[in-house]
Formats: sequence, C-alpha cells, structure tokens
Amino acid sequence: MRLDRRYLYPLLLIVVLTPVYFVLGDYYRHIFILVYIWAFLAMGWNIIGGYGGQHSLGHGLYMGIGAYATAYLFSTFGLSPWIGMIAAVIMATAVAWFIGWIVFHYQLRGAYFALVTIALTEVAVYVASNIPAINGAQGINLKVKMGWQWMQPTNAYLWFYVAGVLMIVAGLLVTQYYSRQRFFYYLEAVRENEEAAEALGVNTVREKVKANMFSAAWCAIGGVLYLQYFLYVAPRSVFGELISVQILLYAIVGGTGTVWGPVVGAAILVPLTEITRSQLGATFSGASLLIYGIAMVLAMLFMPFGVVGLLSRSFSRFRDNVAARDEVAPVAGEDS
Amino acid sequence: MQFSWSVISQGLVSGVLLGGMFALIAVGLTLIWGVMGIINFAHGEFLMVGLYVAYFAVSAGLSPYLSFIVTIPATTLLGIVVYKALISPILKDPMVNQIMLTLGLMLILQNLALLFFKADVQTVRTAWTTRTIHLGGTVVGVSQLIMLVGAILCIVGIWWFLKYTDYGRSIRATAQNPDAASLMGIDVKQVYLVAFGLGSATLGYAASLMIPFYYAAPTVGLFLGLIAFIVVVLGGMGNLFGCLIGGFIMGMGEALGAAMFPGSLSRVFSFGIFVILLVLMPRGVLSRRRA
Repeated sequence: MRLDRRYLYPLLLIVVLTPVYFVLGDYYRHIFILVYIWAFLAMGWNIIGGYGGQHSLGHGLYMGIGAYATAYLFSTFGLSPWIGMIAAVIMATAVAWFIGWIVFHYQLRGAYFALVTIALTEVAVYVASNIPAINGAQGINLKVKMGWQWMQPTNAYLWFYVAGVLMIVAGLLVTQYYSRQRFFYYLEAVRENEEAAEALGVNTVREKVKANMFSAAWCAIGGVLYLQYFLYVAPRSVFGELISVQILLYAIVGGTGTVWGPVVGAAILVPLTEITRSQLGATFSGASLLIYGIAMVLAMLFMPFGVVGLLSRSFSRFRDNVAARDEVAPVAGEDS
Repeated sequence: MQFSWSVISQGLVSGVLLGGMFALIAVGLTLIWGVMGIINFAHGEFLMVGLYVAYFAVSAGLSPYLSFIVTIPATTLLGIVVYKALISPILKDPMVNQIMLTLGLMLILQNLALLFFKADVQTVRTAWTTRTIHLGGTVVGVSQLIMLVGAILCIVGIWWFLKYTDYGRSIRATAQNPDAASLMGIDVKQVYLVAFGLGSATLGYAASLMIPFYYAAPTVGLFLGLIAFIVVVLGGMGNLFGCLIGGFIMGMGEALGAAMFPGSLSRVFSFGIFVILLVLMPRGVLSRRRA
C-alpha cells in the first residue's frame, strides 16, 4: 500500500527531529520540549477554535483539569499518572460536554462564547484556590518517583523529547485524518455559516459539543504532559487567563483550521519568547508576553490566516498562475 | 457564612457604590460595541493607563477631581491612536480577528506598563481617601459616593448627547445601519472615530474618580476589564441604562458574595451569576425573553 503523502510528512518529523536531540545542549532540549507541549495544546484548541470557529478563550480549564486530576490522584492515592491520565481525560470530556451542551444549546456564539469561557476559567481559579484537598492557592508540588510506571524516566530530557515528538506526530496524523472526515467537514460548515449548515441537515449543536469534548480530552492529555514535565501545578499556572491566551495564540499565528498551523506557530513563538525570557528575564519579566501581544496584533493586521494560511494561499496563487499560463499557451498556439 | 442584617445592609450599600464604578467603566465599552460592533478586549488596559496618568497627576499635587484635565485627554488620545493604527484597518474583518487583535493589544499595554512602572501597586493618599459618612448604620466613603454620582451623571450625559444632539443622531444612525447612514451623508469613519474616542474618554474620567480609593497596577485592567464585559453583556450591548443595571447586579454580586463567602470564593458567586444570566437572557437583563 502506498502511503499518502499527507501522512508521510508528519512521520518524516520523527526522522528529522529525533537526531536533532543529540546535537542540542540541555537548554535547547528544554526549549524543544516546550515547543512540543505548547504545539500539542494548540492542536487541541484548533479543533473547536480553528475547525469549529468557536474561539474558546478558556482552554486552560481543560489543560488544568488534566494536570490537577493527575496530580491529585498521584499525591493523595499514589495512583500512577497513566491511570491519572485516563481519569483526567474522562473528567475533562465530561466538563466539556456539560459546558458545551449549555453554551451551544443556548446558542451563545462569537464574543459571548469567548466571554463565557473566560468567566468559567476564572471561576476555576477561585474554586481550585479554595479546595484544601488540592492544596488551595499554593498548588501541588509533585514528589518524583522514578520509573516508567510513574511517567518519570531517569533521563528526563531524552524521554520527554521523544514523547513530545511522538505526541506531535500523533496529533498531526489524527488532525490530518479527521480533516478529510465528515466530522471536520461539518465543523467547517458550522464555522463558515451556521444557519446554512443547519439548513443542510447538520446538527450544529451536536457537532460543536462533540468538537468541544474532543478538544478538551486532547488538552487534558497535554496538561498531564505539562504536569509531568514541570512537576508543579497551581491555580494561576494552568487556569490563568494568560495560559488560555497562549494556547490559542500559537494556533492563530500559525494558522487556525489548518493541520500544521499550531505546530508552526509554536515552533516560531516558543523559542523566541523563551530566549528573550532568559536574556531579559531579570530586568523585564513581561518581555515574552509583550512579544505575544505584538505577534498577535501583527498576525491579525498582516496575515489573518496565519503563517500556514499565508504560505498555502501564495502557493495556490502561484499554482493558479502557472496553470493559467499553461492554459493560455496552447490557445495562443492554435491561433497562429 | 454569616448572615446578619448589618452585614447584609453594608453589603447592599457597598454593592451599589461598586456598581456605579463598574457601570462607569463599562459605559465606554458598551458605546464602542454598540456603535461599531468592535469588542475592545484592551478596554481594561485603557483604564489602567488612565489610572497611571491620574496617579502621576495626583502625586504631582493635583486634586483628584481636577486631574480630569490630564486623564481625559490622555485616554482619548490613546483611543484615537489605537483606532487609527489598529482598529480601522480591520473594521471589515471577522469578529474573531478583531477580538484577537484587541487581545494582543491588551498584552502589549499590560506588559509595557510592567516594563515602565514595575509590578508595584501604586496608591495615592489624599484627604479624600479616608473621608467617610454614616448612612443609616453603614459606613460610606465620600470618594466612592462621588464616584457613583459621577457615573450616573456621565451615563445620563452620554444618553442625552446620543438622543438630543445632531451628532448623537448620526452616531445612532450609524449604529443601526452604517451603509444607510453613509448614504444619508454621514461620515461613518468619523463617527467611528468619535465613538471610539468618546468611549476611551470615559475611562480617563473613570480613572480620575477612582484614584482616591483605588490603585494603579499593570494588571489592574485584567479584572476590571472582565467585569466591564460582564456588565455590558448583562445590560445588553449598546444599552446605556442597561449598563447601570448590569453594574449594580455585578456590584451586588461582588459585595454580597464577599460578605457571605470566605476569601476569593465570592468571585465564583459573581461570575456564576454572569454565566447563568447570560444563558437565560443573552440579550441582557432588560430585554424580553426571546421566543
């Protein structure tokens, strides 16, 4: 069986990125791992935000549920993060179903949807800060237990790097697969014109709820990875407004509703901000957020479809031009 | 939880006072949203800039209630520059792009403030800060009372301007239908600029009224901006008096929540009210229930 080229490119990433690990120093390994984590989270957001066109400004909620559920089960009951991850996914999906059902059933869209998601994530900050079982505003510091069953390999940089690459590739393959499935076509129809989609028989509420649940489960897994890498979770560090903004920022700068957009966005912005943070961190703590802001404004002014959107548009214009020239030539030949 | 009459009555009074402040912060937002359909996520940050200007003006010896002469021009100018440079190029873009752009602007303003003014909370102490009066067993700060009166005056003033002046009519016509308004000879771009400038000017005014009892900090706009959004949605976008009602609902929610629930859980109470009201009455509490 010949492998489709669309699936081949993500697989090539494994071949390209894995050797890169060995030429990097620990600091750059850390930056690459951050790119993978954020790209993965942004891909999760891209399902409801990019393909579904429902710009959630509160995806930190699902990421935080993932991190918190795992951390709680581990530190209180000694359960392995692998089991914690399953619990986290179930919990995030259930919350996403509940929120999605209410919000979409009552037809909240656009700015209203964005505001509700911000408000609910803020609520999560205050709720989490007031639950003693998860250590309130202090957050949970994970005690490290080494070993595969605890998701803490002895060579952390190597295995988080490899896990990150595999998750990105898996994410790309899944998105690529669904981008040619009815589910995502329905979502795109909802994004472009909800009334028209409804008139053509798409159950728009159900599709949006489904997308929200899928997206939440994805971000919960990202949250588990985040937790296991940083070994720390606190209300503001996952439910904070800026975390949710970061998640969507990478997708937007890279290109929403595209397979590669979130990865490209994270690959551009995460290293940029990490390096400025390490250079300027002591003198100017807001430098990375300032860069995010500038990137967002510039992206909206000059490339509202993101880097990938811009490239694919100029590529298809180029292809159309070539095609047009090829079409014209024989006609001109016949005339003479 | 403690329920006693004095706690509740104090809560109600501070809820009304807080509500006036929330309404004044939100009125510019509802104006811009109603006229242009632009949702300015950097609204809270405009207020933050105003608060810093007011802080410096008052620290330099100006009375807080005279600091309008610098705060209003400052935020108006900021609004005009932002409108010309960032908002007018994307007026026709999808709403989500406009949201993202103003969200980016929010990050920029917040972190520039952090760069220039550091993360410290700045307060001014004037004679107004500590002055209180007793009202039927409750204690009321004079500066907060002035804030409430000032908020109501400002909202009535804008309402009068929109309702009874020629330019106000042009603004309302543009809000209803920009294409038709432009056919009637209204300069729509200019109306937008005026609406955005006026909306920003109210924040300078609000900052001057707030500075005696509030504070300036880079992240001050984060919470106040979110509250302003909630107030606008509760009151119905573009609805000036709805803004006042929404402000009072949120003020009561904050004050009563703070009186009844421990610590930061009070915020859960007010945000909870918002989500429930939004789901049940998406066009604001003053609208009739949709069919």
